[in-house]
This record gives sequence, structure tokens and C-alpha cells, in this order.
Amino acid sequence: MGILEVKDVNKRFGGLQALSNVNLSVEEGTVHAIIGPNGAGKSTLLNCFIGKLDPDTGSVMFNGTSLLGLKPHQINQLGVSRVFQTPEIFTDLTVFENVMIACFAKRDGSFELNAIPSVSSQTDIQEKAEQMLIDVNMIDKRGEEAASLSRGDKRRLEMAMCLAQDPKLLLLDEPTAGMARADTNNTIDLLKEIQEARGITMAIIEHDMHVVFSLAEKITVLAQGTPIVEDVPENIKGHPKVQEAYLGGAHV
Amino acid sequence: MFGLDKKDSGLLLMVIALTILAPFILNPFPENSAMAQFNAGYPDLMQRLVIFGIFAIGFNILFGLTGYLSFGHAAFLGVGSYAGIWMIKLLTLNIIPAIVASIIVAGLFSLLVGWISLRRSGIYFSILTLAFAQMSYSLAYSVLTPITGGETGLQPKVNDPRILDAALEEGVTPRANLFGMFMNDSFELSLGGWVFTFNAGYYISAILMVIAFYISIRIFRSPFGLMLRAVKSNQQRLNYTGVESRPYTLAAFVISGMYAGLAGGLLVAMDTQAGAERMFWTASGEVVLMTILGGAGTLIGPVLGAGFIKYFENIVSKINETILQAWFSFLPDGLQDFFVAIFYPFIGKGWHLTLGIIFMLVVIFLPGGLMEGGQRLSNLFRRNKDTDQGAGKSQPAPAE
Repeated sequence: MGILEVKDVNKRFGGLQALSNVNLSVEEGTVHAIIGPNGAGKSTLLNCFIGKLDPDTGSVMFNGTSLLGLKPHQINQLGVSRVFQTPEIFTDLTVFENVMIACFAKRDGSFELNAIPSVSSQTDIQEKAEQMLIDVNMIDKRGEEAASLSRGDKRRLEMAMCLAQDPKLLLLDEPTAGMARADTNNTIDLLKEIQEARGITMAIIEHDMHVVFSLAEKITVLAQGTPIVEDVPENIKGHPKVQEAYLGGAHV
Repeated sequence: MFGLDKKDSGLLLMVIALTILAPFILNPFPENSAMAQFNAGYPDLMQRLVIFGIFAIGFNILFGLTGYLSFGHAAFLGVGSYAGIWMIKLLTLNIIPAIVASIIVAGLFSLLVGWISLRRSGIYFSILTLAFAQMSYSLAYSVLTPITGGETGLQPKVNDPRILDAALEEGVTPRANLFGMFMNDSFELSLGGWVFTFNAGYYISAILMVIAFYISIRIFRSPFGLMLRAVKSNQQRLNYTGVESRPYTLAAFVISGMYAGLAGGLLVAMDTQAGAERMFWTASGEVVLMTILGGAGTLIGPVLGAGFIKYFENIVSKINETILQAWFSFLPDGLQDFFVAIFYPFIGKGWHLTLGIIFMLVVIFLPGGLMEGGQRLSNLFRRNKDTDQGAGKSQPAPAE
């Protein structure tokens, strides 16, 4: 029984069967990648995990709780954090404030009318946010406005915000999309570090094979809305079905 | 001081000093000089300055922090006014029940309006709040006349029940008071040619404004305030960080509605009357102007904006053609008439034209409002000082 169990998920958009009978199980403590050519249904599947889309049939269970019909903040409070394709951060606020917001959300839940004490008096939050910034190597940028960060640093900050919440599952949606090779390698190293240090379960949706093969312990290949192969990386590379899907011979 | 850091304490002390000294600051001209008519240190105007200051401080908690632009905040001011005047009519001429009731009733009404309007954001939210305010205005004018007095509004009458007070005798004007201290009581101090007026109602309003300002600093610096800024910055990220934004925006909406109610209650406490025109959409627009003109999202900007607008409204409206003629009398006849004709549309009843132009200039050249103007000036000044001392490079001020 995995931490994230996807069973018989179907999703149809008008005449397009975006997902058909998807079954997937993400084991706790592993890095599980979901790959596939354009239009394979990767993003649709991810949107079913995070409350953006409801599948027509099937179930998505996280730790024994159904995620279907829940709002994004409820899913997050269950322990699922999400990293976006383009880093989503609070651009008007400082780096430190960004991380503190994540810490407050973890401590206080989805709403708390905490209007009297000052932020600077919340020492537990301050210490934790500092630690997170040290962990992702950004403590020297704590006072900077988040909008002024480089793309790679924005990604680091987003990771720090997710980690501050001690997630049980980290969802990454093409974390290196549009990045230069050097930034991509930095991100891979960061994710590896995090995985080694904390053993967080990760589900990665990715296009870039280089990223997938350097991180994932298990790979699911999606083609035309259906998982065609699920295996360890070594066996995926040479798999005839995968090559067929990527080279475009899947539908005759 | 009071749980504030050094900078915020300084700001609070500055506001306290300004409000205490306002009777001096606003009366810069001697009583009998030609400029005396531009003095603003009389009770009615000073009361309005601080009351609209409260209104703007509250509006800024919603608009400045969350970015939700309510275009119907005057409705809460109006509802607060009606609640206040009813307390005066039913219970007592003491202002405390009036003020408490105005805050509570406006809070409840803003809870209802916010509950519905906050389902949408951006322009749709603004339109919803505007619709609510105009609805309230029309209802107050027509259907609700038994409660609101319709066109004539409400005033305390001799035959009002006033359960807690002794009934008024025939011929006595009802005057609002705080335990026997009448709101329109003033103490006048003559110094040389100057006359300074210290008014009880002004100081009571000013104390409440200082308290309101202090609470707003606390909110700005609290985790709640941080979450409100996060709502403004990136609501999607906030939701995916496990925070539900609706309760936060609703709380901010209700708090700012209560501020508006307090302002409405104080208006009633000062002039003991309430009318529907306080809810008209131009009144809602005015508080938006005050906040943006002063600097939305800054602590003290809205107070300055409110003061600026109310002060100049008063000054510019007072200038009439005769005064203009006198100003330009040093010019030859033809030129004098020419200048008078040019300036005439901007004065007196043309004050809104002047305000509109000032507002456009501020929005185009100082998007951060008067606060940004002040900051630029002080940066300029600092840079000059640095060069004078030969320090060479100037450190840019850290962004706040």
C-alpha cells in the first residue's frame, strides 16, 4: 500500500479521453517519476492529485484519505506540498517572509486570527524559517525581495517553503522546465540532497529524461492517458514500449 | 513601546504629537490678518480631519494589505451613523452607546456584505461592493424612511424616548456629551493676534484615532497582517501552502467595516445628525482617493491623505472670485481678468476639479502616494548631505 494510491482514474474532456484507467502507487520514501510524451496526460493526472480537477471515475487516496473534492489548502494541510512549473512565490515579500508564511501555515492551520502579537515575537517561527533558509543555502538573501531573485533561487525558495511544512509527499511539476543546464543540475543536486537528508516521498512529473534518470527510483511511463510501463530506471531506457511511445509508433 | 519596535513607536508618537498640536498647526495665521480665512483650526473641520483619518486607516487595512478594492465602504460609515443616531434618540445623549453600537452594527453589516462580495475578486468584487452601497443608499432614501428618516435624515428631538437620560426640556437644543462634557465645548486660547481653539469633540475623536492607528500598526506587524499581504501577493501560492484565503479577507473586510462604523458613529457624536448622502458612491470614492493619495499599504499614508483632502477641500472651497480679484489686483486690468478667469473654475465649487488634477498627477508621478513623495524628498536630501560630507556613494534606503 503506497502513500498515494491512484485507482482506475478516468477523465474525459469532450471527445478526448485524457486519462483512461490509470493505476498508480507511490511508495513512501521513494522518488517516483511520471514521464511521457506531450499530451500523454501527465498534467491532467497531477491536477487530479491537487484538487484542481475531479476525475470522472476512480479514486485518489493519500494516506487513506480521499483527495477528491478537497480544496488546495485542505490537501496541503494533509501533508501534500506542491512545486510549480514556474516557481510560485510571494514576489512582493522578502525571502524570509516567504518562508515564514509557510511556517505559520504549518503551525496555525488554514486560518488563525493572529492579529495582536508581532511577527518578530514568534521566535519558534523565526528559528524554523532561518533553519530552512540555511538548509537551501539562501540565508544570505533573507532580506531581499523575492521578485529580485534569479530563477534558480526562486526555485530554491519555493523548495524551502515546501520543506518548512514537513510534507509527507512533495509533488513536483516539471521542476526544471525552461532552465539552463547549469540550473537544472543545481536543482537535481538540491532535490537529491533533500531526498537523502529527509527521505521525503516525491512524485515528479517531468519531460527531461536527464532529470528523471538522475533522481527517480521508479518510473511510470504514460502514453495517451494510460500507464504503459512501470519499472526502475535501468529497465525503462531500453524498453521497446517506451521507445515506441516516444518515437510516435504507439497508434498504428 | 506598547509592543512596537522603535520605528513604529516613533511613528505613533509623531501621530500623537500632530493630533495634540493640531489646533496650533492648523491655525498658522493671526485672527485679523487677510489670511485668517485659510485657518483650518476650527472644531468642525478638525473633527472631520481625524474622523476621516479613522475611515481611511480602516480602509487601508483592507485595500492596502489584501489589495481588495472595496468601492462601497461609505455604506458602513452610513450604517454606523444610523446606529449611532438611534442610540442617541433611544438611550442617551452620552456618546458611548452611540459609538459602541455604530462599530457593532457596521461590523455585522460588513460581515454580510463581505460574505457575499468576497466570493469574487478584482473588478467583480469592487462592483459587488459598489452595488451593495448604492442599494443601501437607495433603500435609506426610500423604503427604509421609517428607520432612516429618508431625505431629511435623523436628528435628536425633544420627544425622543431617551430612556437613560432625563427628558429634555422644551426649547433646549440636544447636545451630545461624554459624561457631561459637551462635544461642541471649546476652550479658546488667545496669544498675541492668534486664537487657538481646543475642542472637546476633537480631542475625543483624536484619542480614538490614535487608538485606531495603534491597532492598525499591530495588525500590520502581526502574522495576520503577513497573511493579508500574502493574499495580495499570490493567492494561488497561499492556497497551495495550506492557507484558506477567504476567512483572512473576510476578517480584514469586517475589521475595516468596523473602522468605517466607528467613523460614522463619531460623525453622529459630533454633529448629532445622520443622512443617506453619507452612503452615496462619491463618499466611497473619497476614501479610495484618500488612501491612494496618501499611499496605500503604508501605515501613515491614509491619515495624511485624509488630512490632505479634507484640509484642501476646505481651503480651496473658500476662495471666491473676490479673493481671486484681490490676489491678482497688482496686475493691469486685462491681465487681472484673464488670470481670474483661468483660476476661477478651480476654486469654490470647482474644488473637485482641483482634486481630480492633483489625484491624476499623484497617480502618474507618485504611484506610492504622498508617502513616496516624502521618501523621494528625504532620499534626495540625504544624498545631498552625503555629497556635502564627501562621502561619495549614497546607500539606497532598504525597501520597506
